[in-house]
Amino acid sequence: MDDLYRDNILDHYKHPRNFGELEPHDLEAFEHNPLCGDELGVQIRVKDGQIEDLRFHGHGCAISQAAASIASEELKGMDVEEAGRLGADWMLELLGIPVSATRRKCALLSLKAVRGAVTGENAWPA
Amino acid sequence: MNRPSGASSPGHPADAVSPDQPASARSLDVRSDFPIFARRFDGHELAYLDSASTSQKPAVVIDALAAHLREHNANVHRGVYALAQEADAAYEGAREAVAGFVGADPQCTIFTGNATEAINLVAYAWGRANVGRGDAVLITQMEHHANLVPWQVLCRERGAELRYLEIDERGELSLAQLDAELARGDVRMVAFAHVSNVLGTINPVAEMVGRAREAGAATLIDGAQAVPHMPVDVAEIGADFYAWTGHKALGPTGIGVLHGRREVLELMEPFLTGGDMIASVEAQSASWREIPYRFEAGTPPIAEAVGLGVAAQYLEQLGMARVRAHEQALTAYMLERLATVPGLRVVGPPQAERRGGLAAFTIEGLHPHDIAELVGREGVCVRAGHHCAQPLMRCLGVAATARASVGVYNEPADIDALVSALIAGRELFGL
Repeated sequence: MDDLYRDNILDHYKHPRNFGELEPHDLEAFEHNPLCGDELGVQIRVKDGQIEDLRFHGHGCAISQAAASIASEELKGMDVEEAGRLGADWMLELLGIPVSATRRKCALLSLKAVRGAVTGENAWPA
Repeated sequence: MNRPSGASSPGHPADAVSPDQPASARSLDVRSDFPIFARRFDGHELAYLDSASTSQKPAVVIDALAAHLREHNANVHRGVYALAQEADAAYEGAREAVAGFVGADPQCTIFTGNATEAINLVAYAWGRANVGRGDAVLITQMEHHANLVPWQVLCRERGAELRYLEIDERGELSLAQLDAELARGDVRMVAFAHVSNVLGTINPVAEMVGRAREAGAATLIDGAQAVPHMPVDVAEIGADFYAWTGHKALGPTGIGVLHGRREVLELMEPFLTGGDMIASVEAQSASWREIPYRFEAGTPPIAEAVGLGVAAQYLEQLGMARVRAHEQALTAYMLERLATVPGLRVVGPPQAERRGGLAAFTIEGLHPHDIAELVGREGVCVRAGHHCAQPLMRCLGVAATARASVGVYNEPADIDALVSALIAGRELFGL
């Protein structure tokens, strides 16, 4: 089996969960990876301090799209504040694949968008 | 220097080789001159298809750099001792070799840090004196950021307008549009690539220069993708400025070249100021040295220049017409093989004879980053991204492409490795 392009990664890439528009939404952010031109936006609906629902939209490589799809499943029901504090390790562990230094931003683009939507910050997750 | 193993006898008889001859006659067979090809990546040979980013270096260049630093290192233009004179002779000898390689006058050949710096030199030193409010700078939609952003900054600062020549569906420029833009009477500078780093398009540079001159506009050509790959005669093209870079032309990084027309350079104020470029300095004023030294402030990249001089000699001995024939044949083969990959679309002119040795492409269902990753594991090096040409990517309606580009050392086997890796990648992705 391929180390990077595991079956579940390719499955999420080809059939991304929680992709599209979310109306109405309370929070949103749009991020891009200047290196490759990938763009990813997120819209989040909040209820009682928790992420009730969210949708990603945009385009990118298998790693960035799969990361967004996998993260979206974990983020539903999470406390908004907690989501704003998530670090790079959370995303990389969820992905469970060896991400090289050059692909790190692909893997973290969706988390950057989520954190941006929640906190208003524009920083790559550490 | 050592004769390249693929080079023919002196006097450029190789220039007689035409692209119509069979592939065997066109093959340069110089791979063994490049030590890096001894490396293996996960057991794979190196199929280096990223020469448009940077070229690999022949042993003669690597050795010349080391030999200069070991045996001839001293600062230039200052010392009277024997070693300093050796360094001077090496640096100025490199200038002559580099100028001679492209038919330029050594005195009108300026060493810079890279092509970007060469273009910035013109945008600042020439641009600030010649472009003002109500004027226009004309560039093209296919420019690399290096030949775009300096003009954008100049125009913003001077209240001038930056206009773009458009590309058609084949990725080519229209001379009629050039004429129409020039007829507006406000164009001070026309700056354009000799060969596009994304489309591969070879622009009709001499024709464009002639039309600009008739209209009273200056010209700058970004030759970064041309000089390493085809015969280029700077004097014949006749542009006011011609910029290129060493590291794409088998030379080291950290060295770029700007050729200018003497009449234009002599009237220009310096770009960077400081040591080495002055005639004399008073407490409140200074006067400038003659060209080209006026434009080389501070200690220049001496060893790098020496390395580039040897690279230029190496290419000259191969014969640039032969280099072009070799790369054109490889490009034709690449276009033919890439067309066999389902869902693959190449951007730029469809015929190899109208393009430089590169092909940027997309594959339906495979992102360029994944393409580069998938083929990279097989030892195949291609670039993925916007190739420092974001406005062009928007014109093409893509976020990114993968790009394969060839150099003197490539062989059809490199293209075969690329195509098999692409097909395997598609299979892995279930396409």
